[in-house]
Amino acid sequence: MADLFPLAEVSEDFFRDRSGGGCIEDNRLFCPGWVVENADRYVDPTLQHVVLVVSAVVAGFLIAFSLAVLAHRHHWLSSPFLAATGVLYTIPSISFFFLLLPITGRGAVTAIIALTAFTLQIIFRNMTTGLRNVPDEVTDAARGIGLTRKQLLWQVEIPLAMPEIIAGLRIATVSTVALATLAVFANGGGLGTEIVVGSNITFKTGIIVAGSIAVLMAILFDALLLLAGKLLTPWTRTVR
Amino acid sequence: MSPIGKLKHLLLVGAFALSLGLAACSSDDSSESSSNETAAGGELIQSNPDNSGTSLTIGSKNFTEQIVLGEIYAQALKAAGYDVKTDLNLGSETIALQALKEDEISGYPEYVSTALTSFYGKEAEEVPTDSQDAFDAVSTEVEADGLVALPPTPFSSANAVGLLTSKADELGVKTISDLEGKSQDLALYGSPECRQRIDCLVGLEQNYGLEFSSFTPVDIGLRYGVLDKGQADLSIVFTTDAQLGATDEYTILEDDKGVLPAGNVVFLTKSATIDEAGPDYEATIELVQTGLTIEVMQELDARVDIDKELPAKVAADYLKEAGYTE
Amino acid sequence: MIAPNLATLGLFGEAFDFVFSQQEAAGGIMVGGPQQVLELATTQLEVTLLALGVSLIVALPAGLLLGHFGKGEFIAVSAGNAGRAIPELALIAFMAAAIGVGLVNLVVALAILGIPPILTNTFVGIRQVNRPTVEAARGMGMSNLEIITKVELPLAIPTIMGGVRTSAINIIATATIAPLAGILTLGDFIISRNVYGDAGVLAGAILVALMAIALEMTLAGVQWAMTSKGLKLQKP
Repeated sequence: MADLFPLAEVSEDFFRDRSGGGCIEDNRLFCPGWVVENADRYVDPTLQHVVLVVSAVVAGFLIAFSLAVLAHRHHWLSSPFLAATGVLYTIPSISFFFLLLPITGRGAVTAIIALTAFTLQIIFRNMTTGLRNVPDEVTDAARGIGLTRKQLLWQVEIPLAMPEIIAGLRIATVSTVALATLAVFANGGGLGTEIVVGSNITFKTGIIVAGSIAVLMAILFDALLLLAGKLLTPWTRTVR
Repeated sequence: MSPIGKLKHLLLVGAFALSLGLAACSSDDSSESSSNETAAGGELIQSNPDNSGTSLTIGSKNFTEQIVLGEIYAQALKAAGYDVKTDLNLGSETIALQALKEDEISGYPEYVSTALTSFYGKEAEEVPTDSQDAFDAVSTEVEADGLVALPPTPFSSANAVGLLTSKADELGVKTISDLEGKSQDLALYGSPECRQRIDCLVGLEQNYGLEFSSFTPVDIGLRYGVLDKGQADLSIVFTTDAQLGATDEYTILEDDKGVLPAGNVVFLTKSATIDEAGPDYEATIELVQTGLTIEVMQELDARVDIDKELPAKVAADYLKEAGYTE
Repeated sequence: MIAPNLATLGLFGEAFDFVFSQQEAAGGIMVGGPQQVLELATTQLEVTLLALGVSLIVALPAGLLLGHFGKGEFIAVSAGNAGRAIPELALIAFMAAAIGVGLVNLVVALAILGIPPILTNTFVGIRQVNRPTVEAARGMGMSNLEIITKVELPLAIPTIMGGVRTSAINIIATATIAPLAGILTLGDFIISRNVYGDAGVLAGAILVALMAIALEMTLAGVQWAMTSKGLKLQKP
């Protein structure tokens, strides 16, 4: 069998000498040198992670926003929606991945659906609170000047509820960045692959790097949303 | 595959193609298509445009050696002109086999010993020690499932009972049989599927008659970590593990009763896939694995597990060093 | 995408069987069945409650004191944000890799995730108690401890319990991946597809979901029981 092809030989220096030991060989707590040299292996997982998070938060926002608007119009819907999104929030994501497995299979889509489900209650609840906190005098005044219900909602109530909506988005986003590490179990990629796959699971430096990227990403997204919030609500800025 | 997966693999193929292109451009030797021998003695894989219409998905089980093998095969087949995706790190042998049977993957590398004992219920003694005999045995068995086992790799690997060298000296054990009378005070750690395999816990309990104080299933990647931390007195490891060669810290007990058979790796695939993919499929796989002696495999495992390089890079380096790719 | 079909229903049926009768899995060993399910479920519950208890013991007094005296606002509030950003998988993996597997390590890791929501919510809850009420209590001659326990705490119960419930959700979700660190919980059915098969995975997923919902409902009940009548009458 193997005689059909010449046996390829690798040269002697293919084999490395590892007797010296070193930061990586000893799997010490953190090896900065290795990180600098191998930073590019984290690019793919980080990009996948961003896609997962952004997809989930955007989808979650669209759904929760619609639910909140509906519940604001028809108050009796508040409780059932809160309960339903609450159930989705309570179910652990990894459990959700595998509940979806028979329907959507292994892959990023399954992960995104589960992550989206987790964000719903946070965004819904915050937005509902925000809408409810609009002072009655303001609504009365708006109606007084002849705004339709739709105009009232979109031009008055939602803008005034912005701080709460942004707050909800921030919480949801930070939580989703942390949760998306689990997407690896659904075969959805993300930073979890650098934590759990193969021998990564004992690799201290690798886990620290992957975890740190996730935390930094959370901080970054949080800051971006905070900034967006400030830009969208100029009236909340104090005059100095 | 998901859009993210498609994009990622598009990037990977693009990067690989680009690197091959760059290498070709920068190479001084005029590599005429007629000269196949390179300095390393390996035969250069030729890209056959006929293969571009065939899509293959290469799978692997969930530990380093498997992932490296999967990458080697995948990159080699790509070099041969196929449209290749990978679905590595699937899980244990039962999951990988299921994925193969259900056409989620085109093929994956399996150990002859695992196939015979786990899939076809053979006892450890029934696994032939001769590679050729073992290969014949597994070829016959897989035929019934519509599968084909391609010829084996030069190296073989086996499960082994590993422990810290200091612990081995302390207990005064050199073989697994030496554990008799001592094992009931020792904690054994292994992969989750170890609990149900005759070439693992089941065999140790039945054929060696050993009882352990506990068996804890952990992820395969933790097999040396649990020894380091003192959680495990004994841990199921692989004879080709990098960690065994790198230091004297770990040692494995001799399998004096032959309960943990060694197996060469055979690439399992469907006969339908072979027909569809053309002769380059089999030929390429058989070609690139000829360089995989046990020393080379251990070196590749070491590069991933100890040097912490990416399996894809390690595979690419191997293919280049052995002369299969440029 | 795999479209739902009869096969899907079949899998749910298999999962049901998995829970209630022992199955023979690949390799001939027995998996599943009520005994194993109960064993893993008990471990998951034990670990969760233990970690929740530790989180309460650490975070509740701290939050009460900081909130009452109005100190350490930055830490108390940031704790919640910071805690939310910790990726549980990295925490568990790091713990297993750097410190070692084991029950104590696991509970510590879970407590790290469980403390922030309770700390933040307790602080915020106490701070939000109507100031005049507190002043009135002080005027009546109550000591600090009495004010905290008889006035502030009861009024802050809804907010505090909200934090406890968030903690519980975080903890039970992380306890599900504890098998990565060698502590076998229901998550083992999910993570070790090798051993338990697809039916086991689905069964595990369902059981974990049910346990989480049950815990949440229990805590909701506790919150309802502990909330004073006056608060319940208030507009939510």
